[in-house]
Amino acid sequence: MPPLTFTYQVPGDDFTRAGEASGQLKRTLKKIGFNADVIRRVSIAMYEAEINMVIHANGGEIEAQVSPEKIEIWFRDQGPGIPDISLAMKEGYSTAPDNVRSLGFGAGMGLPNIKKYSDTLEIDTELGVGTTLHVIINAE
Amino acid sequence: MEKPFHSVTLDADKCKGCITCVSRCPTGAIRVRGGKAKILSELCIDCGECIRLCPHHAKKAVFDPLSITENYPYTIALPAPSLYGQINNLDDIDYVLNALKLMGFDDVFEVSKAAELISCYTRELLNAGKLKKPVISSACPAVVRLIRVRFGDLCEHVLPVLPPMELAARLAKKRAMEQTGRPIEEIGAFFISPCPAKVTDVRRPMASETSYVDGVLAISEIYPPLIAKMNKITDPTPMVDSGIFGVSWAGSGGEAAALLDEKYLAADGIEEVIKVLEEVEDEKLSDLDFIELNACNGGCVGGVLTVENPYVAKARLQRLRKYLPVSKNHLSENTDRRRMNWTKELTAAKTMILSDDLGESLQMMAKIDEIYQRLPMLDCGSCGAPSCRALAEDIVLGYANENDCVFQLREHIHTLAKSIESLEDFIPAPFRKELHQNDSK
Repeated sequence: MPPLTFTYQVPGDDFTRAGEASGQLKRTLKKIGFNADVIRRVSIAMYEAEINMVIHANGGEIEAQVSPEKIEIWFRDQGPGIPDISLAMKEGYSTAPDNVRSLGFGAGMGLPNIKKYSDTLEIDTELGVGTTLHVIINAE
Repeated sequence: MEKPFHSVTLDADKCKGCITCVSRCPTGAIRVRGGKAKILSELCIDCGECIRLCPHHAKKAVFDPLSITENYPYTIALPAPSLYGQINNLDDIDYVLNALKLMGFDDVFEVSKAAELISCYTRELLNAGKLKKPVISSACPAVVRLIRVRFGDLCEHVLPVLPPMELAARLAKKRAMEQTGRPIEEIGAFFISPCPAKVTDVRRPMASETSYVDGVLAISEIYPPLIAKMNKITDPTPMVDSGIFGVSWAGSGGEAAALLDEKYLAADGIEEVIKVLEEVEDEKLSDLDFIELNACNGGCVGGVLTVENPYVAKARLQRLRKYLPVSKNHLSENTDRRRMNWTKELTAAKTMILSDDLGESLQMMAKIDEIYQRLPMLDCGSCGAPSCRALAEDIVLGYANENDCVFQLREHIHTLAKSIESLEDFIPAPFRKELHQNDSK
């Protein structure tokens, strides 16, 4: 059986809706009966990536492929791109604007947390074109 | 296995089969079948939300009649602190406690007294650092059932300490045995309850094998005779034996405040409770020590078996507790704490999962998604399910049919009508003039 695919559009103009897609996928994974730890890792990694898309890239698209062995997610945006990936991966490094930080976001833990909770993280980014995050979380 | 029991039940005669309760049930536990609401037992958490919402008053709570006390030679009333908030112009809890005795109870043991001991014990446990944080209160049985059904992986966060009602029953019976010399079988303990979830918790306890509570009476039933007796009292005997901490358990935030730890959150109302549990699950509230959750708005004062508006009741309690000491009950060094622990482990209910086999589950989810895409996504409820997604699930699980959707049925009929129309001009072979079918027209 081919993996089950879910796609989500992340609106860039409505900050209050950030986190909805990760919530939806979480409910679906629960129904399917994945291990609680796997679900937790998926929802935290996805939440962080979703927030990043809203803060930095004016939204984007998420594609999640679910199979019994792994959950594979692509986060695609047409944002400004990441100039220095190793700097962006540093805990506490943030380029988020002040208004977002005052809400408690933009603490510079987004990418580090995605890396921490996933088994594989690939970042494909081009300045002025956009960024694609490819995340794999093994279910076994 | 033990037959399931639910306090929340349906009065089929009154049910019109509308979908008010179906669409608002927090666990999606209601369907309409045969023109009547049907509660799915394994999903129902007895929160009473449908009782509150039903415009036809077709949902009701099963509780015990006052006559149940006649089965015991010695009876003890266990009033929930929310009872005190129901009474207008009350400035002394002693009037309520005295009136309960006048109603025929041999003894009264305040549930708020047990609550203070539980607060004490919880403080000790939190300080000892042995509990998985954030610790989630176990006092509201509807919330504990919700966690089992919808948030199974949070079971280990639930405070494994008896709820105040249960501890009160145990302590009250012990005291009665010591004072009267009667055997435990002759002593009946009756909880005066604000909510149906407590009835279920007594009949099917989650914390222990059996409950020491022998009957659950509704505040709304006790209220009229209680008021009648209260009006006869002019000089009550001092009886109250709990303080601000215990009485405050009646409202949201009371239990948490008694922990004297500022890292807490208190949420009330089932929808807000669900949002908080989602956040705990996503580890967004890891910096908190304690989370108090109450299924009803305002806390226990908002229970469906109460008579007063929860916020009015809460305001009255604020006035009542004004002259009370902070806490009157404390654990001593030689109190056996183990007797306050749960004796059963809380485990996740598997009812929300499609199949035990991950591969099969995924296939079912694929099918659900495929069907869902065909549905109108209006969540109109005409099929008897709470949402189009729930219908898609019901179809895959074999409980429903795609034609249950009126829009799908309409489309189906339309297709049928078209094929009938196309057959209208069809002439069967014996009546056709030509040998070749295409030449018949």
